[in-house]
Amino acid sequence: MHDMSAHAAAHQGPPTSFVRKYIFSLDHKVIGKQYYGLGLAAVIIGMVLSWLMRIHLGWTNYPIPGLHLLSKSGAAGDVMTPEFYLQLMTMHATFMVFFVLTVAPFAAFGNFFLPIHVGAEDMPFPHFNMMSFWVTFVAFCVMVSSFFVGDGPTLGGWTQYAPLSAVGAVAGPGEGAGVVLWATSIAIFCVGQLLGTLNFIPNVLDLRCKGMSLWRMPLPTWAWFITSCMGLTAFSVLMPACIMLILDHVAGTSFFVASNLVINDQLQPHSGGSTLLWQHLFWFFGHPEVYIAIVPGMGIISHVLITNMRKPMLSHRVIVYSLGALAVLSYMVYGHHMFVSGMNPLSSLLFSFPTLLITIPSTILVLIWIGSLYGAKLRINSASLFALGFISMFITGGVSGFFLAQPSIQILLHATYFVVAHFHFTMAIAAIFGIFSGTYFWFPKMWGRMMNETLGKVHFWCSFVGVYCIFMPMHYLGLAGNVRRYQAFVVDYMQPLVGVHRFITIAALFTGAAQLIFIYNFIHSRFWGEPAPDNPWQGTSLEWSTPSPPPHDNFGGRHVVVYHDPYQYGVQSSTGDYVMQDSPEQVQTAHEEP
Amino acid sequence: MATTIPEPPKIEEPRSSGGNSGNGGFRSLVPSDGNLRAVQDYAPPPSKTGIWVALAAISMTFAAFTSALIVRQGAAMDWHHLTLPRILYFNTLVLLASSLTLEMSRRRVAVFMGGTRNFDLNPARWLYVTALLGVVFVAGQYLAWLQLRSEGLYLATNPNSSFFYLLTAVHALHVLGGLVGLTYVIRKLHRVVLRRSTLDTFSYYWHFMGILWVYLLLLLWMKL
Amino acid sequence: MAKLFAVTILIIAILSAVPILRNTWHPMEDISTHGQAIDDQLSETMWEAGISFLASQIILAWFIWRFSGTKLGEKTKSFPGGAAGLVAGAIILVGLEVLALGIFGVKAWANIYFTQPGADAMPVQVQAGQFAFYFRYPGPDGKLGPLHADKISETSQNFFGLDPINDPDSKDDIVTAEMAIPVNREIRLLMHSKDLSHSFYVPALRIHQDFVPGLDLQLHFTATKIGRYEIVCSQLCGLGHYNMKAYLSVMSQPDFDDWLKKEAAMQ
Repeated sequence: MHDMSAHAAAHQGPPTSFVRKYIFSLDHKVIGKQYYGLGLAAVIIGMVLSWLMRIHLGWTNYPIPGLHLLSKSGAAGDVMTPEFYLQLMTMHATFMVFFVLTVAPFAAFGNFFLPIHVGAEDMPFPHFNMMSFWVTFVAFCVMVSSFFVGDGPTLGGWTQYAPLSAVGAVAGPGEGAGVVLWATSIAIFCVGQLLGTLNFIPNVLDLRCKGMSLWRMPLPTWAWFITSCMGLTAFSVLMPACIMLILDHVAGTSFFVASNLVINDQLQPHSGGSTLLWQHLFWFFGHPEVYIAIVPGMGIISHVLITNMRKPMLSHRVIVYSLGALAVLSYMVYGHHMFVSGMNPLSSLLFSFPTLLITIPSTILVLIWIGSLYGAKLRINSASLFALGFISMFITGGVSGFFLAQPSIQILLHATYFVVAHFHFTMAIAAIFGIFSGTYFWFPKMWGRMMNETLGKVHFWCSFVGVYCIFMPMHYLGLAGNVRRYQAFVVDYMQPLVGVHRFITIAALFTGAAQLIFIYNFIHSRFWGEPAPDNPWQGTSLEWSTPSPPPHDNFGGRHVVVYHDPYQYGVQSSTGDYVMQDSPEQVQTAHEEP
Repeated sequence: MATTIPEPPKIEEPRSSGGNSGNGGFRSLVPSDGNLRAVQDYAPPPSKTGIWVALAAISMTFAAFTSALIVRQGAAMDWHHLTLPRILYFNTLVLLASSLTLEMSRRRVAVFMGGTRNFDLNPARWLYVTALLGVVFVAGQYLAWLQLRSEGLYLATNPNSSFFYLLTAVHALHVLGGLVGLTYVIRKLHRVVLRRSTLDTFSYYWHFMGILWVYLLLLLWMKL
Repeated sequence: MAKLFAVTILIIAILSAVPILRNTWHPMEDISTHGQAIDDQLSETMWEAGISFLASQIILAWFIWRFSGTKLGEKTKSFPGGAAGLVAGAIILVGLEVLALGIFGVKAWANIYFTQPGADAMPVQVQAGQFAFYFRYPGPDGKLGPLHADKISETSQNFFGLDPINDPDSKDDIVTAEMAIPVNREIRLLMHSKDLSHSFYVPALRIHQDFVPGLDLQLHFTATKIGRYEIVCSQLCGLGHYNMKAYLSVMSQPDFDDWLKKEAAMQ
């Protein structure tokens, strides 16, 4: 086993070769930026796929110029076939959930800032950390490659329910090699993320600097720690499920495929498998996964808001405990994805109660965030706007959860656009807003330059209004019974709803275009932005006590000692209304930390 | 006649990370009077935590396989009990023996740490034996598969055989991974410096492979 | 800009509530005997969710409006009562509210899943397969013959894999591509999947149940209004998923008897 502790790595001195500096880097900061780049590439792919989906939904049989370039068989005459729609949908969700929402808030920001937040020089196992990125990158490449094989990527949804995913190409186009590549990619991805948790958890437990007790860690650090614990137990369950799926698909086993199934008049050779087994395994991973996607964002926006409110949250500990409660409860609720799946209806009721109860920590978090705004001196900038937007989105998404937590209501709303609205609000756009908030906030530290504030605000306004226009109407579609994962609406009762879909499509294209502002701002600021000072936001946590960007060993050989709780704002000190964590200055705190 | 005195293997004390030598490496602290000079609460090397993280992940993976097995058994009436190849029991003894030889190696390292310069102790030898036993185990598992094949039981023949191959293969892969780690430990011992924590961490992993195998054997014996 | 943002949140919240209040898009009219409990549950949840949504967005907007910008010399303040009050509020208000929803919702669910069909419920079998629903009625003998997967053939239109020659019970089975049921008559729905996971979703009937390959499930319900409705598949099953639907006609008993006779003649 490796035991290259941070000391050994740091004492070897910074790397000099190009490959060691930028490609196979052991430096957690470079690895964090590599993950960020991966997330950026994945979100662009995921977003473009969603544009294609939305155009097709609004204008189903219309040709989309150039579409044939994306698929050998799925877009003859640039008109999207039904299977191609489903393939795009599957890939959209897969790239977004795995390669954006798990990578960016957790692996990207976490890798860069976790060691700095706890006062360490690096992650405990830099070689494993480097491997974690490259393994994830390989997973990404395998997933992309599925576009170029046979009849294209899998079309079974990111949930890949068996037997559709397990029986093979006989089930139709998109169920051949694409599934195997999907499952292989995801299994590799799980390994990559597990290697990440292998670094995050010991970093928090063992590499904190002098004075840094657990309660003195900033909130994103707690969020990353809790997320790592979830990842540890969730990814390690998805991987065996994917292995069994691959075996069913290529080796003729019958883990998930029942007997006597007839597809295309051919009796399938499998026998005895359990359809629901896949769902249980998948959702045991899947529900914690959605919390893995959102908890880092909660930590990040809390951090951003505190700095911009110039006061700490009402209770640091309550936030941490609530995040922990979300993590623990997330394992008990997964059956709410399976209420009408055919599992024992009593199980449905049993799962619905923890699902309703998980509302409580979520509500506590929202109330603490809002309650902390009271009496604040809120600064409005791109980072804080996105953080506030996060709260609004999470409220909306959480409230729609009231409906979906009840099995009786899911009879109406299961597999409709109501669900699509719910998870986009709670997980997708809230998390994306968390990523944006973190980006605007931490870009100066990561790349040593300031982003353009005006462009950031324009980006915010377009995005905030845009995503509400996209996803709020989906609630109504769901109530009206609009089933999801349909490539076209040929059902009689859905005909009146096509107009709503067109509205959503236009909003989606507009919002997508607005993201170009962000990409432009990112690239331009990266090379030509104002040089950033060490502490542009007058923050208190350790990342602001070191230059922008930080030196190779994070603190320039300085022995960091922490004297204060992480969010000492509203005090009177030599620096103003805040005192940094590593400042020996004793100050009278304006607020009692409960 | 000149005799070459073998260079004793270089083994390093478990260092207390943190303290005055750099950043990081502290546990919970913060005395209420704020006197940080009094704080001496160093954390153990992170590899000690890291190995538990890894073992937790591996445990969850096999827990998932176990629950899949139980559910699959109940899903259909096609469970055909298979007799475990006898060689599995031999392999079990081999793997457990390798844990013993690993412990013997660790004891010798401890003696070395105590200051004895008895070059006959040679902890490296016992690490080689452990590696050999590990290879024998994996080879023995392969023989078990061959035996099943000769009985006409392949991966997809029935669910019992599927789980047999799957569980033993995934375990064997982890043992192979452990052998890679053991190679690293031996290399460190001979070339550079072997940290005590590296050896300890590897030992936890290797012993866990043994415990896991005993669990799997019981599972296969009871269920398959 | 803070004030503008606050107003924007307010406008979005209010605009979002308008279609709900005006019932612009709403679930189809309930034609089942068990659906009232579901609709009541939905309505109750909508009130609670709606109030929570509006209240939190409004207060968020208000606090952004009121507490942004820096006035020199002004100190930051804490919410009165601190975190304790909010935590208590969350646990008591929201916790009790959602628990109540859960407890009352049990009845709506139990009505469907924990009750047994009456002895004279009419059995109808529905088979889901890529990409169509087929239905089977037991005919005068009241029995459904066994299914033989190896005999299924789309080309010869033996959708269920029946063997009327060797299975006497199958001789009078009536296979149809549309489902018809008599109004106010309890139906025992036998669900069978030919190949993959599908789902049987009839919004008006307040029925939504996945098919599970390898596990035949049973539901029972009673339709209370004559009309023509759609059964749609809601579990992704391949490229034709969007088009996998069938019509459900609820008819008077005499009309149904006629329909069944006509279908039987076409077997």
